[in-house]
Order: sequence, then structure tokens, then C-alpha cells
Amino acid sequence: MASPELHRFTLPNGLRVVLAPDASAPVVGVSVHYDVGFRSEPEGRTGFAHLFEHLMFQGSESLEKLAHFRHVQSSGGTFNGSTHPDYTDYYQLLPSAALERALFLEADRMRAPKLTEENLRNQIDVVKEEIRLNVLNRPYGGFPWILLPPVLFKTFANAHNGYGDFVDLESATVDDCAEFFDTYYSPSNAVLTVAGDLDVEATKALVEKHFGDVPARPKPERPSFAEPAPQGEVRHEHGDALAPLPAIAIGYRVPDPVTDIDGYLAYLVLAGVLTDGDSSRLQQRLVHREGIVIDLNAGCGLFGPLEARDPDTFSITAIHTPEVDASQVVAAIDEELQKLAQEPPSVEELAKVTARWASTMHKEHDRLTNRTLGLGSAELLFGRAELIYELPERIASVTVDEVSAAAKALRPDARALLLVKPTGGTQ
Amino acid sequence: MTAAKTHRSAEEIGRTEAGPRPLPELGHQEAAAELSTVDTTLPNGLRVIAVRRATVPMVEVRLRVPFADPAEPGSGSAHAAQAEILANTVLTGTETRSRVQIDTELALVGGELDAVVDPERLSFTGNALATGFGTVLDMLRDVLTNASYPAEEIERERGRLVERITIARSQPNVIAREALQRVLYGDHPYAKEMPEADEVAAVTRDEVLALHRKALLPKGSVLVVVGDVEPSDAVAQIGAAMETWTGDGEAFQLPPLPAVKGGDVQLVHRAGAVQSQIRLAAQAIPRTDERYPALQLANLVYGGFFSSRLVENIREDKGYTYSARSHPEFTIHGATLLIDADTASEVTAAALLETRYELARLGMVPPSESEVDVARRYAIGSLLTSTSSQGGLASFLVNLAGLGLNIDWLVAHPRRLEAVTPEQVAAAALEFFAPANFTGVLVGDAEQLAPKLRALGGVQVP
Repeated sequence: MASPELHRFTLPNGLRVVLAPDASAPVVGVSVHYDVGFRSEPEGRTGFAHLFEHLMFQGSESLEKLAHFRHVQSSGGTFNGSTHPDYTDYYQLLPSAALERALFLEADRMRAPKLTEENLRNQIDVVKEEIRLNVLNRPYGGFPWILLPPVLFKTFANAHNGYGDFVDLESATVDDCAEFFDTYYSPSNAVLTVAGDLDVEATKALVEKHFGDVPARPKPERPSFAEPAPQGEVRHEHGDALAPLPAIAIGYRVPDPVTDIDGYLAYLVLAGVLTDGDSSRLQQRLVHREGIVIDLNAGCGLFGPLEARDPDTFSITAIHTPEVDASQVVAAIDEELQKLAQEPPSVEELAKVTARWASTMHKEHDRLTNRTLGLGSAELLFGRAELIYELPERIASVTVDEVSAAAKALRPDARALLLVKPTGGTQ
Repeated sequence: MTAAKTHRSAEEIGRTEAGPRPLPELGHQEAAAELSTVDTTLPNGLRVIAVRRATVPMVEVRLRVPFADPAEPGSGSAHAAQAEILANTVLTGTETRSRVQIDTELALVGGELDAVVDPERLSFTGNALATGFGTVLDMLRDVLTNASYPAEEIERERGRLVERITIARSQPNVIAREALQRVLYGDHPYAKEMPEADEVAAVTRDEVLALHRKALLPKGSVLVVVGDVEPSDAVAQIGAAMETWTGDGEAFQLPPLPAVKGGDVQLVHRAGAVQSQIRLAAQAIPRTDERYPALQLANLVYGGFFSSRLVENIREDKGYTYSARSHPEFTIHGATLLIDADTASEVTAAALLETRYELARLGMVPPSESEVDVARRYAIGSLLTSTSSQGGLASFLVNLAGLGLNIDWLVAHPRRLEAVTPEQVAAAALEFFAPANFTGVLVGDAEQLAPKLRALGGVQVP
């Protein structure tokens, strides 16, 4: 597949810019990725990166509270933001006539957001509702993305809850926000991506016009979050009063996607061989043949593949029937991994995974929001936006022996095992 | 002694020497390219809509079969359970292919095919690399004409379905949806989105086979294809592949629903809940009604997007909720207006009060010209963005087709929105958003909620 053209440049203030023209529909995607996520939160400030993401929508020097939403939506656009372990993104999808407006909105809050006590208190309440909705009031809330890291990792940076706990959220101050902004939200710590119906030269001029005078600030030094893999199997049992059935999550470590992307991709293919589709190994055995598992997934990264730097996670999750002990499910998974370690998968098994990934990537790129975000995060994390166009081919070049080796590396003596036990008493 | 200052204050961050800047004007908007399309009906009665959209080398397929329960309401029909088993096993084997073979063949062309059922329809959703279009079509033909429903697959899916229903019913939004549908439609089959475990356990293979023969029919169904295909070629291929899919009669449409009447909100107890689900509903009008574009804009102003009165009030002003929204829901006969918000127990009554206040205010203080314009531009723009991908367009078209509409409706809709006047929006607000039109449910911890809800009124507290 031909890679669409990419244009990149860096403004004098350090802002990296990626332009990806595509005139197939009169719409344009704009995103800003900041190189800070919840791994960078200090102790006692869990959930702060995400809370801060909310505050960035609450007004800036040129825009009163609520104006951001109204200007995007009255241009016919949609918007959102999200917080990940290693980055926070902001994005808009709009009819292309609104491109300059979108750039203006992003630049204004990069230059001078309004951080006020009133907005902070309001958004702490909103975030608490978000946590009640997605975690506290919901069966399997936070499974596995909040629950597995504290079992697999030991350092605060890697192990803590990225949504935050209420006590930490409530004690956040406006001055904490100011410090966080000045440290991490500098143009030199961000990537701006524009994809879709755009003229390269005109867009470059608009980017310079709106972002050119955002004052330069130093790029913060990013500490290493590296830590060793668990020495042995680490187990944790989590009681869930709302869950009707038990669940397990097994977490392993994967190779560093920055320094060993192809090694990492072998695990992506392995995940497909194990759980993608009715003909995958674990679906066939656990769901269809033995009927002990209701729902099953495997994959790289708790937010999806290539969404974080090292250290990252390979996880297998299953919701299983109460008649079956978790150890039976784990033993079957170990057995299948062992088989793959001893005898590589067939060429056809890999061909299935490769073809499904090719179409997955096409579908992602056809949705302009996803393409814009994919380009932006690949540029930020790996310095290579084009990676997203190369993935189908790189995935196709993973060999059966590499998949076998990946299976062999998922050892019972270097993993985290999270057991979710229903404690509600009734089914 | 104070530490050395390492960062600016929030006040310093929030202003620059140059001061606030003007918002740029919108540029010139190119219209979306005209779509090359064919909309036709095959000799077997299947309607086919094919659209070329070659943005990526993929093809998206949607098949919609009307699949309503033909039994009288309140008859204790087993249709929902049988239909659910059928949807879960139709792709598990044919006379020539096993479940594993079906998945393998699809995977090798980067393809997927799924079936889901609800009280209105059985839907097949598929996609593949464009080079695999023939494979997806052949697979669809095979399951439609030769699905074998292997006994052991029926057995296992029955058990799995019971567990999956249990999991679904532990989700607060599912609990609220089921309670709302009961309040709105009682024992009408439309209210039954999920069967009971004992009904599922009682379904036999013969019943599933019989249901397939009797109800999975081409006449009345629609197949939509969007992607990197020439529409006329695609229709020819579909015609050849689907020739053998035949059957007597016509796929069964949902019978008319009782009108939604306003009334008290029912409080549904969920012990220990830390958050409540507010779900309100009222009667609305179909997309074909001439008042619909005005209703669509009135709904946006009320709670249909982020820049709406409801979201600005209960989220951005008061922090009662993370998500609040209102939206129309369509069936072939009509529509309802739905309002959803999830709020902490201690502010639930206050949030319900504000939700009702905004309903009344929409009629009494009708949307201003600028509110209408913001909503109008959003409606037109989001139609463009939501249909700019193959999958988005395919899903939109199959839903329109299910309402008896075609691509012309989509193409003409921006013009209809342009023509709506603020007076028409005000009239729609007054007519459809009156608080007395609404009924609904509230799911939460009754012990915590009861004192304030009793004081508020309009809520039946158990």
C-alpha cells in the first residue's frame, strides 16, 4: 500500500507539526499530543493529568468558559481529549472550512489557558462522576487498566490509578495546575497533527500564524520509568460487589516498542493467534470447545497497541463461569502458550492475523479522527508518524518462529495474575 | 523564607501582552463529492443499495432483516429467546463449512461478519479488504441459505448466552434501559430487548431452524454495500450470490407501538448504588414529518450535543454529571425523545429538577437565533463528518433504509436544516419538550434518594 504523503516541520518555539493531506472528503482532523500522561503524576496527585485535560477545555485568554465547545460545534465539528500513560491528546474533526478556527482554538489554550478555582472545583466534580460512571458504579469497572498495573508493577509511576482517587483529586489546587502547565504543556513538548482536506502551504502559514508566537519554554526532561519484570508470579485478588461472574487478567511485560518495534509486534501477532476470531486458539478451546470462558481478549498495551513507551504490558483477560476455578483457565492458557513455544503456529494462522490487521488499519485510517490521532501519537512516542502506514507490512513480516519465541517468553514465573471475585452474593 | 519560584501563577499563565485575539472566520466549504450509487430491488425481493466510496481498499456490508415478533403482545412468546439463539449461532456452521472454516476464510481476506438481533431486526455487519468482497458475499449467501445450526453449537451458545445476559443485566445502563422500556411499552415485544434465562434454556434446535425458514426472508430486507466497489458491479455480484436466497412471504416488521404518554417517573431501587441513572422519554415524530428538522434542532439545543442547555447546566455549571444527553430514537412507525443522565446519589434529585426545568424553559424561553444557528451548523457538519467514513456511511444508510428512506434523504437533509426558522424551533420546543409529555425511570439507591424525590414530586417512590 502506498504511504500517503506526510509533511513535517518544527516551529522556532519547538512545536513539532505533521501534515497529512487527503482530499477524499471535505473534512479535516486536528490534534495536539502533549508528552505527559499519568505516569508523570507526582505521588499524592493521582488522576491529575486527566483532571488537567478537563481544565484545558475551560477557557483561555481569548475564549470564555464554554466557548471552545461552542466554536467547534457551531463549525459543524466534534472534539474530545484523552489521557494515556505517556501522553494527553486533544482533537477535533471538522468540515475543512473550519481548519483555521480549529488551529486558533488549540493555539489559544496552548498559549494562555484560564486556570481558575471555580473551573477546577467544577471539573473535580465532573471527573468524580466520570469515575463513578466508569469504575465505582459498574461491574468490572477499571478492569483491567486500573486493576492490573499495581500487580504487575512496583513503582508509583507505573502502578498507580490514572483516574485518581477522590482524596487526591479534591486536594488539587490551582497552583498545582499552573505548575503542571508550565512544566509539561510547552510547545516543545507537543506535536500538532493536521490530516485530511488541506493545502500544505496554506496550512503551514496558518500554523505559523497561530502557534508561532506561543512562547518557547524548555522541554521537560522525561525520566526513565523502567523497572524490572516481576521475579515470579505475583497474585492479587480483587473483590467486585457488582460483578456477576469471576474474571482473570494475566499481565506480562513486552519488549520496548521504541528500541525493538519488531520484537513488540511479534506479541501483537501472538495476541491475534490466541484470541482474534472463532478460529483463534484460545477462543476455540476455552469458549467454544470447553465452554468455560464467556469473554476473552489478549493484546499489547492496556489502551491498545503502541499507545505507550516502555514499560508496557501484554495482557490476557477472561470472564469465566463460576463453576470453574480460575486456575483451570490459567492452566489451559499456559498449555496453549507452551504448545506455541514448542511448535510455531502455521503460516495460515499468521496470514489470518496479518490480513485482519491490514483491514483494521485501513478502517482506522478511513476514520479521520483515528488517523489523525494515530499519526500524532506515533510521532510523539516514536518520532515516526509514518509508522502507522508501515504497520500492515511490518506485521506481515513477523515470522512464525518470532511468534513462537514470544509465546515462550510469556512465562508463569514472571507475570501478574489478577483474580476478580464477585462479592455481591447474588447473581 | 520561600522557595525559588519555578513556575508562573495561574493569572500570569492566562494572559499575554498582545491580549485576546479575534476568532477566525470560517473559510469556504467544499461540498462533499457526489456519491455514485445504485438502489434497486432483486427478483427475490431483497433491496440492494451500493455506494462507491474508495477512500480505503475496503468494503462494508450491512444486511437488515425485519425480524419482529409476530405474536400478540402479552402472549408470552418465545420469539425473543429463539431469535437471540439464532443470531448467536447462524454463523457457526453451514452444510459445507464449520465455524472454524467460516472464521478462517473471512480472516484470510481481512474480513469479519457478525449477527445481532433486537426486537425490530436481525442485522448482519461485515467488512473485508475490497479484494475479499466476493468471499464475504459468498459467506453471507451460505449462512442465509444453508446455515446448519450444529447441535453442539446451539448447546454451548445457549449456556454462554445465559451468562452473557447475566453480565449485561449487571450493568446499570442495561438495568435502566430495560426498566424504561417496560414503563413505556409494557408487554409489547418491543420492550423485550433481552430474553430471560429460562426462555433461552428452553429453545430447541428445531425451533431455531424453523424460525430461520419462516422469518429470515429477502423480501422486506435491505443489503447495503459501501466501499471501493463499482455500484453496478457490486449489484450484479450480489444479484448472482443472493439468487438462491428465497422464501415465501415478507420479513416481519415491528407492529405499531403504543404512544408514549407523560406521567410520573418510576424509581427503581438498586441497593448500594453510588450513582443514579435518570432516563426520561416522550413521544416524537418520524424523520419524514415536516416538523422533524425543527425538532432535531430543538433537541440539539436542549441536550443533543455538548453546547446544549442541559449539558451546560448540569455538567459545566453544577458538576452533577459526566454525561447527559437527549436524542431521538426511531422505529419504522415513529419516534421517541430520550433523555439520559447519570448522577451521584446526593445530587440526583437536584439533577432531575434541573432536567425538568430545562424542558420547561425550552418552551417558555425558546432557543434564540444564535442558539438555533449553532445547532444548525452542528447538525449539518456532523452529518458530513459522521458519514465521511465507509463504515459510518454504510450504517447510516442501512438505518435510513430501515425507516423506508433512501440516500436522497441524506443528500437533501442539509437543505432542510438550512430552511428551519427559529419560530419553527420554538413551536417544536413547546409541542414536544413540555415536561408533562415525559415519563421515565430513575435507577438508584431508593433509601438515599427517597426523601428528596418525595419532596420534588412527580416520582413514584416504592
